[in-house]
Formats: sequence, structure tokens, C-alpha cells
Amino acid sequence: MRRYFGRKLLIYILTFFLAVTIDWLIPRFMPGNPVQTMLSRAALRAEAVEVMYGYYTRAFGLDVPIWQQYLNFWNALFHGDLGTSVYMFPQPVTKVIMRAVPYDIFLLLPAILLSWYAGNHFGAFAARTKWLDNTILPVGYILTATPYMWLGILLAWVFGIVLGVFPIAGAYSFALRPHLSWTFIRSVLHHWFLPFASLFLVMFGGWAIGMRNMIIYELEADYSHYLEALGAPRRLVRKYAFRNAILPQITGLALQLGVIAAGALVTEVVFSYPGIGYLILAAIQNQDYFLIQGCFLFIIIGVLLANFAIDIAYVIVDPRTRLGMTGEAA
Amino acid sequence: MSLQVENLTVYYQTLRGDVQALESATFTVADGEIMGLAGESGCGKTTLAHSLIRLTPPMRFVEGRVELDDEELPVWDMERMNDFRFKKISIIPQYAMNAMNPTRKIGKMTSELLESRKVDFKATLPELKRRLNLVELSHDVLNMYPIELSGGMKQRMVMVLSTLMNPSLLIADEVTSALDVSSQKAVVEMLVGFRDRGFVKSLIVITHDISILYQIADSIMIMYAGQLAEKASTEVIIHAPRHPYTKLLIASLPKVGVKYSEKRLTGIPGSPPLLLDPPIGCRFRERCPVAFEKCLDVPPFIEIEKDHFVACWKEFEKNAQA
Repeated sequence: MRRYFGRKLLIYILTFFLAVTIDWLIPRFMPGNPVQTMLSRAALRAEAVEVMYGYYTRAFGLDVPIWQQYLNFWNALFHGDLGTSVYMFPQPVTKVIMRAVPYDIFLLLPAILLSWYAGNHFGAFAARTKWLDNTILPVGYILTATPYMWLGILLAWVFGIVLGVFPIAGAYSFALRPHLSWTFIRSVLHHWFLPFASLFLVMFGGWAIGMRNMIIYELEADYSHYLEALGAPRRLVRKYAFRNAILPQITGLALQLGVIAAGALVTEVVFSYPGIGYLILAAIQNQDYFLIQGCFLFIIIGVLLANFAIDIAYVIVDPRTRLGMTGEAA
Repeated sequence: MSLQVENLTVYYQTLRGDVQALESATFTVADGEIMGLAGESGCGKTTLAHSLIRLTPPMRFVEGRVELDDEELPVWDMERMNDFRFKKISIIPQYAMNAMNPTRKIGKMTSELLESRKVDFKATLPELKRRLNLVELSHDVLNMYPIELSGGMKQRMVMVLSTLMNPSLLIADEVTSALDVSSQKAVVEMLVGFRDRGFVKSLIVITHDISILYQIADSIMIMYAGQLAEKASTEVIIHAPRHPYTKLLIASLPKVGVKYSEKRLTGIPGSPPLLLDPPIGCRFRERCPVAFEKCLDVPPFIEIEKDHFVACWKEFEKNAQA
């Protein structure tokens, strides 16, 4: 057990190191210069630009050689410093991200977990139930094939424009400032519903289809046939099939949970929802090295943590992993 | 009479039409009888077994009547059969090695199965442990997952599980196929032991290995291409078969004391017909050395001597002359 997790941990640390290095490299491959982009927005005189350019380059630590920048980056990272945002100068990146994260979690965690739970149970129930299989599952196929933003736009149009029952932009009413009151909470929930619904529906379709196919496969497995031959009721046969069919779905869930930190980029853009996805788009458009790095760092940590959690979950639900832990195959 | 099967006909549905895998099977298995069911691959042995306990699509029930202990088995009705399965009729499947759920401990699975059949697991546990002793399995297996057992152990566990409710009829489908010769012997002796102890009343042992049947079976039934060919006591089938197919089948078995480097072992020329569109009449006709025009009609499965059933026109003629 110790050896298994020790080895896993080593792999995770290695992956983290590599991923963060790539994360640091990628923005720097972009053509252009963040300081110039920033200064070009403020219409300044030529000599003022020169002075400002020198000042900001030093302020962002872009004046030292590239290898030095890399070392400085790791050094700062271990001190919990992700740098200063260029786009939202002079706010630190940590603060900008922390402001966006709660919206992400609030939007995506319920969408992913609820769609996973509902989709799996519905899919398992629909499999081999003739009328459901023939009527509702095609709907599932359509849902899962729907692009998030298209469904988002559609919902925004129907419920926001035509019926006018839900707002279509922002995380809360533009007339309010974030504070703790019923008015604010109601406003947040009101704005949350449409982006949530668009994410939930698309993911629900995917989980339901996946589960239905897995269950049909498991119901044809030998152990299911044996249970039937011994007269086990349909409920028990299905329960056992579900237990086996859920394993690949857990992996899928882990991957989904990992990208919570990434936000749902297109959905957040459609609904102007101030999550990380929205932030990433703004950061890229403004060549904000530090904000891009920060956002992707969150994604990396999220994916790794989720995978680690799933490694543990697998050990609990699938005895075969437990046996493998002592062997080299783990 | 423990099991009585009349005119049982079961087809497989395919896109190209019905595969006539089992055609009007009529036979009986007596109380305490171990009946071997032999024949080559694809002759309908497993179809016969499955249609007695778990008749699911693509299998299609065409006609027939099955009685077990004077009660009719609704083999065509998956739901109603549940009352009989496990308690009256049970099976050790061909796939015994994969028969148990990989993600449940064996004991837990057993208890959930029993509770779902309204049987008290706690009350059954001592008997279960006694039977584990009989097949030389430690009680620890109940706390293990199937992957922690070897193939032979899984096989024995399934044997114990399938017979736990003392069914009247047990079908053992190819139980020895995946085992080495010494384990084969142990397994078949356990089956006989189960019968002798009264765990099961009668047994149908399906195999293509006639030598196994010679050791344990009271009677042997031979099938060919979905039709019953011959049924008689083991001694008669081995030493005095009447059906031409049985004769050739027995003749093609190697014999002790014969050097096959000097004398080539003979087989049966030709191959079995496709059952999607089987030949009319006796299906062995085309490979049969004694076939004649009468064989264009399907021969009935008739008792020509006491407990000796044959489906062959030639033998009927001989019998009439004698």
C-alpha cells in the first residue's frame, strides 16, 4: 500500500514539474510583448513610453535573461507568489484568480456531480427498458452532441429574451455589489440557473449514454448470466452490473472534476460569467503572462488532485486494483 | 420420473433465419440418474441445457413441454422460471471461471443472492461451510474476491453455490473442459458425491469427452446436429451402440493396447450440416454409411429395447425382423 502510493506520488510530482514548466513556456512563445500591449492602450508620448516601458519591464521581471526568469518563477511559486497581472495591473494574480474561483466551483461542481449522478442512474435504468431506450436515449445522443455554447445561446434566447424569466449575463445583478443578504443570494441563484442548466444538460446526455452502453455490456457478462440462471431478481442482477459499469464512469468523473479549475470557458463567455474560463480568455487576449500561468497552474493542480482522489476511490471500489498494488504492474 | 422432456424445439433467431439448434427432443431422466449428454461442438448440447433453465433471446422457444417432478416448467417464461431456478433446477455453467461478480466478496455475493431468493443466509451458513469442506475449500474463500481464487477453486466454489438449495436437477455444462486430467477426475467425483449425498437428485453432464462419461454416467445420450440420436445405459452405448453415428463416434475413440502408429485412428468422414438450413429427414443421412431412401423422413426417437432409445430407420427394420 505504501509502495503503491509512494510511486504514484512520485509520478504526480514529476508530472507537476513538467506541466508547470510547459505552462511557463507557452505564453512566452506568443508573438508580441505584454508591456507594449499594455502601454499601447494608454495613449502616451514617445519619450514617456520609453520610460514607462523600462519601468514595467523591470517591475514584471522581464529584463533579466530568460533562464533567470524561469528560476525566479519557481522561486516565487514556492513563496506563493504568482506575479502581478498585466491586464489588471497592479492586482496580484492570486487575488484575481481567487475572486473567480468561487464562481467556478459554484457553477461547475453541482453541474458535474448532479449530471454524473442523474445521468448514470438514468442510463442504467434506461438500458434494456424498451420504451425508454427507444424514446429518451436519442434525446441523450442529441444532448451530448450539442456544443455547450450553442445550447447556452439557445437557452439564453428562449428563457432570457423570449420568455424573459432569467437574466443572461453576469453572476449577479449589475445593480448589486457582493454582500451577504437575501437579495444578493437570490440574484446569484437567478443568474446561476441558465449556465448551470446548459452545462448540466449536455453532460447529463453524455453520462447517460455512456452508462447505458456499459450496463448493456455488463448484463451480457458471464456473472450476470449466472445470477439469472440462479433466479436472482432483475434488481440484483442490475445492481451488480451497475457496480462494475460505474468503474470507467468514475475515471470520467475525475477528469471532469479536474478541469473545474479551468472553468467552462465557452459557457462563461456566453453568459459573461466571471469564472476562470472568462479570465483565461481575457488573459490571452491581453498577453498577460502571469495571469495565464496562474490560471493554468490551477488547472494542473486540479487535474492532479482529482486523479489522485480517483486512485484512492478505485482502491476502495475495485478489489482488483488492491491486488495489483503489490505487483510491478501498479 | 425426475425430468420429462417432450418435443422440445428451440431455434436461434438470426437475421438470415432460424438456426434449428434443437429439434423435437423427447427424453426422460430418472431420479438419481446421472445422464451424460455428448456430441460434437454445435450439436445442440448447450442449447438443450440452456433452454431448460435460462431461455433468452436469441433463443426462441418453438414448442415442447418440460416436466420436473411432475410439475410443468414454464421454460419459455423468464419471469415465472425464477421460482424454479436454483431451488428445483440449477446449472454449473460452462463459464464457471467467470461466473462470480469480480467486485463482490464471494460470501457477500452468496448472501445477497440467497436473501434475494428469500432464503435466510445465516441459517444456511453452516451447511455452506460443511460443503466447502467437502470440496476442500477453506472457509476463507467467503471473505475473498473471485480474482483471489485459482481457476479450479472458482470451479468448486460455483459447484457448491449452484447446488446449495438441493435442486432436483443439476446441469453440469462442460465442467471439465478447462481443467487438467487430474482435476477433471476430482471434479467429476465430486459431482457423483453430490448425487450420492442427495444434494442433487439427478444430473445432466454435458461434455464432448466420452471417457469422462464412461467413469461417472449411468446413461449416455448422444446428439447429432440438433437431433437426439441415441440414449441408453453407459455400458450399452460404449459396447453395443445401435445408431450408426454412435457406432462411428465410439469407433473413433482411441483404445488401450492399440498402437496408432501402425493403424491410423479413424474418424467420421464429412462434417456436420449447417443448422440454418438443415437437410430434411435424418440429419446424419449424408455421412451415414447405411443410409437409404427412408432416411428422407425424420426418424422418431423410439425405445427399441428397455431403456434403449434410437432414432434410425435401419435399426427399426432390424428390430422388426428380429
